[in-house]
Amino acid sequence: MITFEEIKRSLLISLWFVFLTFPIMVIRVNSIEKIVEWRWMNILYVAVGSFVLSMVFRYFMKRKEMQAGAKDDDQDTLGQSFVHKILSIPKYRNMLYGGILIIATVYPFVFSTYQINIMTTALMYVVLGLGLNIVVGLAGLLDLGYVAFYAVGAYTYALLNHHFGLGFWIVLPIGGLLAAFFGILLGIPVLRLRGDYLAIVTLGFGEIIRLILENWGEFSQGPSGISNISRPSLFGLDLPLEQAIIYLYFLMILLVIFTIFFVNRLQDSRLGRAWIALREDEIACQAMGIDKMKTKLVAFSLGAFWAGIIGVVFAAKTTFINPASFTFLESAIILSIVVLGGMGSIIGVIIGALVLILMPEYLRALSEYRMLAFGAILVCMMVFRPEGIISSVRRTYTYKPQKNSNRS
Amino acid sequence: MDYFIELFFSGLTRGAIYALIALGYTMVYGIIGLINFAHGEIYMIGAFTAFIIATVLSILGFPAIAIFVLAGFAAVIWSASYGYTIEKIAYKPLRHAPRLSPLISAIGMSIFLQNYVLLAQTSDFLPFPGLIKDFQFMEPIAHIVGSTDLVILVTTTVVMILLTCLIKYTRIGKAMRATSQDRMMARLVGINVNRIISVTFVIGSALAAIGGLLIASHIGQINFYIGFIAGIKAFTAAVLGGIGSIPGAVLGSVVLGLTESFATGYVSSDYEDVFAFSLLVLILIFKPSGLLGKADTQKV
Repeated sequence: MITFEEIKRSLLISLWFVFLTFPIMVIRVNSIEKIVEWRWMNILYVAVGSFVLSMVFRYFMKRKEMQAGAKDDDQDTLGQSFVHKILSIPKYRNMLYGGILIIATVYPFVFSTYQINIMTTALMYVVLGLGLNIVVGLAGLLDLGYVAFYAVGAYTYALLNHHFGLGFWIVLPIGGLLAAFFGILLGIPVLRLRGDYLAIVTLGFGEIIRLILENWGEFSQGPSGISNISRPSLFGLDLPLEQAIIYLYFLMILLVIFTIFFVNRLQDSRLGRAWIALREDEIACQAMGIDKMKTKLVAFSLGAFWAGIIGVVFAAKTTFINPASFTFLESAIILSIVVLGGMGSIIGVIIGALVLILMPEYLRALSEYRMLAFGAILVCMMVFRPEGIISSVRRTYTYKPQKNSNRS
Repeated sequence: MDYFIELFFSGLTRGAIYALIALGYTMVYGIIGLINFAHGEIYMIGAFTAFIIATVLSILGFPAIAIFVLAGFAAVIWSASYGYTIEKIAYKPLRHAPRLSPLISAIGMSIFLQNYVLLAQTSDFLPFPGLIKDFQFMEPIAHIVGSTDLVILVTTTVVMILLTCLIKYTRIGKAMRATSQDRMMARLVGINVNRIISVTFVIGSALAAIGGLLIASHIGQINFYIGFIAGIKAFTAAVLGGIGSIPGAVLGSVVLGLTESFATGYVSSDYEDVFAFSLLVLILIFKPSGLLGKADTQKV
């Protein structure tokens, strides 16, 4: 399997990485006190790590090439076909759904408030991921400023609550609609652009929103943020803290179910099919009479709508927001969720969100390396498995010859 | 009037630095049609390498000018190596993937590199040693144009001239132009396209490293996050001038630098970055092909 030649190449690669990482990994200087710290041990780590990684890298590349050679779409990896197999049998599917529903219902009564809070956050990211999935996964528009719409929702609630005392339930649709409006406002000029330009402009837009929130003190109270935002009330009742958390958790469960239902229906609708077609080939799409601009705009504003809604929930959950919560990294995390889970695949996005949000929470020791891992995940997923953990399955129509028809 | 001239020169200096970074974007885009998101990070790594080497050398007691040159060399060498490696890992396997894939991979690379420097070094702002001493002959106009500005402008001009010669008159430059016009055809006439792409990344990264060294000694502090903003701004400049066009990148950078400088000087410094981003959005809406770019028509 592993030839001498490969080991030699990996050794060379590991030497190259030792050289590459030398100044940054080994030397740390303090220019004020004029101290140089040499961390020689890091050389060893880099050398061994890059050696192993290069072997793994080569193995996967080889496998990918072999797969490409075989080119057999049905025989994808086991995990994916397994999940889809379960979902294709109604009996198992219902059992699975029932199980998940029971676990979700019992969860807040078994675990502590802290755990519930984490789960609520994870569920928020599920919805955010599903919202971005409409834009990136279905319509193929790379939106790097998704967090801007999230910020619009959060600030809508915070400001309306702060100045006018409006409650959560009134602002929830307002926040969503306002975010959708911003989506249209940004979308009209920008959606004419080709994919990569769109990515940069949305990135710029995200930064503009954050900078305005940070600098326009009279409007948003600047970097110090807005505090004392009221939690959602239950039919006008204000709940004590612990119950409010459980309440919010169930609210998120409902929202997740609603989103899944909505996105699922959307996917197979005329609009959803138009998005997928647009993603695949714009020119062919136009030739078929699909209004390119309108279709993209709807995708963009729908994505923004979900972000706005979750923004409102976020403000209600933390009761305090400031611009630091809406940086580019947030957009990057949501994008990683969509990419890791599998662009266009609903189950994939849900699993992606749960993995990416819950994992760092439980591996506190590794939380420093979280962003590092996100970056690496994005690259590795694109190189080795662009379709994500669970790839989306196109609805296929098979022709079944009718056996019992008596036509002669 | 003095204020105006001061702003003008500070804008020119900014523009020069942006140009050094923007060239990397534009060259890579011209050849493989990819927005190299990690390019800003290369520039940041260049600045960090220069910082580390410069501090070590200054502790060892080297003279200032030697430190400047050696740190510059180190920054160029390491940044170029990073550029080369990134291309091999994150972009080369995706040469034939859909357009979105290399872009996402580039964003991932950018996040990875930022956090790599953050973890291996520090998240604090580091004071960059003032390597460029004030010149005697600059004394009378020092309040308008600093010595550092002069060094930056001169260095950038020299680098630009060298780059133009490289692209216009050498064999490798000719091969680069051919590859950017038609990759398939270039391959047919015997150009090693993969090597040309690597060379492009190396040159672009080296330019970014020079930019990193210069801006670090100009501003006087560095941080793991500087690459992100600088990268977006340089990209804005590249788009402004028409992405893919080398003179366009320089022109766009100067225009962007001047705009920013005047806007912060006369309007407000809080919204410095907002001006740049708004400019980007406006250009893309009204003239997506940029000042000197060719409008590309999509053929079926």
